[in-house]
Amino acid sequence: MTFFYNARKVLQQNIREYGMYIALFVIMVIFTITTNGTFISSRNIVNLINQTGYIAVLAVGMTLIIIIRQIDLSVGFLAGFLGAIAAIAMSDPRVVANGLNLPVYVVIPLTLCLGIMAGLVTGFLVAQMKIPSFVASLAGWLIYRGAILVVTESTGTIIIANDAFNAIGNGFIPDIPDIGILPGVHKLTLILGVLAVVLLVINELNDRRKKQSYNFEVLPTEIFALKLIFLAAIIGGITWILAGYQGLSWTAVIVLLVTLIYNFVMSQTILGRHIYAVGGNPDAAELSGISVKRLIYVVFGSMGMLSALSGILFASRLQSATTTAGTLFELDAIAAAYVGGVSAAGGVGKVVGSIIGALVMTSLTSGMNLMGIGISYQYIVRGAVLAAAVIFDVTTRGKS
Amino acid sequence: MTAPILEMKNISKEFPGVKALKNVNFQVAQGEIHCLVGENGAGKSTLMKILSGVYAHGSYSGDILFNGKIQKFSNTNASEKTGIAIIYQELALIPDMTVYENIFLGHEIRNGFLVNWNETIKRAGEMLKKVKLDVNPATKVKDLGIGKQQLVEIAKALSKDVKLLILDEPTSSLNESDSKNLLTLLRELKNQGVTSIMISHKLKEVIEIADTVTVLRDGETISTLSANEVSENLLIKHMVGREINSIYPTRERKPYQEVVLEVKNLNAYHPSLGRTILKDVSFRLKKGEIIGFAGLIGSGRTELALSIFGNPVGYHLSGDIFINGARKHFSHPKDAIRTGIAYVSEDRKGNGLILIQDVKQNISLANLREIANRGVVNKNIEVQIANQYKNNLSIKTPSVEQKVGNLSGGNQQKVSLGKWLFVRPNILILDEPTRGIDVGAKYEIYTIMTDLVKQGMSIIMISSELPEVLGMSDRIYIVASGKITGELTSAEATQEKIMSLATTN
Repeated sequence: MTFFYNARKVLQQNIREYGMYIALFVIMVIFTITTNGTFISSRNIVNLINQTGYIAVLAVGMTLIIIIRQIDLSVGFLAGFLGAIAAIAMSDPRVVANGLNLPVYVVIPLTLCLGIMAGLVTGFLVAQMKIPSFVASLAGWLIYRGAILVVTESTGTIIIANDAFNAIGNGFIPDIPDIGILPGVHKLTLILGVLAVVLLVINELNDRRKKQSYNFEVLPTEIFALKLIFLAAIIGGITWILAGYQGLSWTAVIVLLVTLIYNFVMSQTILGRHIYAVGGNPDAAELSGISVKRLIYVVFGSMGMLSALSGILFASRLQSATTTAGTLFELDAIAAAYVGGVSAAGGVGKVVGSIIGALVMTSLTSGMNLMGIGISYQYIVRGAVLAAAVIFDVTTRGKS
Repeated sequence: MTAPILEMKNISKEFPGVKALKNVNFQVAQGEIHCLVGENGAGKSTLMKILSGVYAHGSYSGDILFNGKIQKFSNTNASEKTGIAIIYQELALIPDMTVYENIFLGHEIRNGFLVNWNETIKRAGEMLKKVKLDVNPATKVKDLGIGKQQLVEIAKALSKDVKLLILDEPTSSLNESDSKNLLTLLRELKNQGVTSIMISHKLKEVIEIADTVTVLRDGETISTLSANEVSENLLIKHMVGREINSIYPTRERKPYQEVVLEVKNLNAYHPSLGRTILKDVSFRLKKGEIIGFAGLIGSGRTELALSIFGNPVGYHLSGDIFINGARKHFSHPKDAIRTGIAYVSEDRKGNGLILIQDVKQNISLANLREIANRGVVNKNIEVQIANQYKNNLSIKTPSVEQKVGNLSGGNQQKVSLGKWLFVRPNILILDEPTRGIDVGAKYEIYTIMTDLVKQGMSIIMISSELPEVLGMSDRIYIVASGKITGELTSAEATQEKIMSLATTN
């Protein structure tokens, strides 16, 4: 009996946090049923993750931006523009007029640096010139949109011929040599999945032991065990699905890394605490010795870098830089963040939540595509889901 | 005596935990200038808010009679319709609109569905003539000085055909000549038949202009005096004449030696307000000492504290600050914090705490370095430290994971105190440390302060509550209009002396 009581208590206390996961799960089940299983097929899931990638990394950056009570509309076209820059930098000058023929390992860091610089410019306008971020980034939106057209004027769409670069958006991690068991399954992916589960369990046990050594309250043993089994099952399930096709894609690896790093920074470090503090009450943060200006630079700089990453992912996926790349990315990223539980009032939100939000939005697109629902209805459904998510968020927040 | 235009009978008003007004009787005669005086928190503003309908009928008990008829105002519109207009300390004008737009805002002169601008401008001109303000009605309000803006407010009230004009500390932000103009204008309006009620802390001004003065203290009417009986001493006596109850913990007071903080000739000028906020402020704080900064709200004490703390927002600073004998310049609060200064804000909710975060996060915020290793916060130590402050300061909360916004005012104040004690300061600046908290919590705060100075901390306490200043301080500096107008030792200080120094203009 105590088990059910405990389980209910934990669920009730964390309903807000689990709400998104439940929503994602429900959406996936519904589409799996309506598409007779096609939705949950390995091939489709891999596709879905790769499609989410370039929005997901933007959503991570946007989470921080919204937490500190700002907004950045320029990220979509900035991503498109930097994707084009990367494409030009890699091209052969005999094919593209300004091509530099630079190798991939130079082009990627260079693009990321350009992204940081662009972000700092927006940060300068917001922090130093005190221009509202909506306006400052709207100016950026226009400028980068124009900039894409300028750099692609002579060529139109730039085809990227670099295989290493194109693998980022389309390739998969290599497999270990075939040893005869489990044919048709990506074994390295399986091994990584098992490794992830082991690390998770060790980490959780460690954390629990430390808490107990401080005499803090911890979850009851059976609930803790249940939580571990549940998380292991999810990781195991996803791993199994991915391993059934071509394994982990490079996009998934990148998104996973970005999520892990940003989640760590936001939840464990002083920098993360300062970002939440500035969002919660900028005046109190300033008086507590936090330089709000500096943080605005940091957060916009990070957003710029992730925009560059998004641009790279997108260009790589299309194997080309197009004149319309980046269109509406910023709004998809903002929607993902809100669906993921980021508060418009600032100070509240989680990076992982925004990733889930991005997955929810792409799942809707993917599922409805498979069902053959027209694009017009897709927009309406996604709009309704966005509204519903925020309504859920606002109403459950009032109670806790 | 002429018939009263206004009678407020047996007015009582309660806020959660506080009785703000207790059976107040207040009578204003037709055509007089009636001044309302009292300490901060005596209930003046509450009384005027009831009269103007900010606190609707039903939220208080007692009757309001205006022109002999019982009035039940449900909002400010209702009171305005009967001819009562109130002008607050913070002016309610829209800076980017013109003078004429502001004067008729909310009661525009219509021409069917449209605004009749020509008539508006003409009428605005007439109103401006009445208040002796010689500006073009098309001037934007933000281009006028604060004194002229106040006249626009009065013109706005007159345009509504006001019979009773209430001014809440109208001269507190005006310079001398603007103040004089305003008082002259009030007399002229009186001749034109407008009755006014003026709340003021400047007693000289009150004596100069009032036909009648009513003194409030602790939510009760103490006296109503006519012009020929008032004197500054009598008013002060009535304002503060309460006995100091011995709720202050006893403390050994010794001659203090070591100067930990010295401020020399601090001046602050606010360019966008166009006035000086601090004038030649000099004082010293010694190790183990509590000094009190007494004065009225708006006298510049918070600005002084923020200047020392490295956060003068919007104003220019000159002068010297010495910490332990070394000259310091703080360009950001973080420098001040690292030097060992902590500032507990007067405005807990505004800039003191992060209400959406929990107790432990608020306590650790200003000193995360101490519980972090290479930038990674140790959350277990954080909980431990928060629990330590929770116990030491007896913060009443189910756990340190509770959101601060859900705590009571007194407990929020303790969280704020805990946060700043955790930066382990040598100098603690407390700005109105007991504002809005109940008596029990007040005593706890006083006890904590006593313990802290015993351990060698030095405290600057800014407070508008005279008994508290007298009960806790070793020395008291009195601040008025940005200047230190006096320094008293605890032995020589009395409420009367402080009030008299605080009301010198």
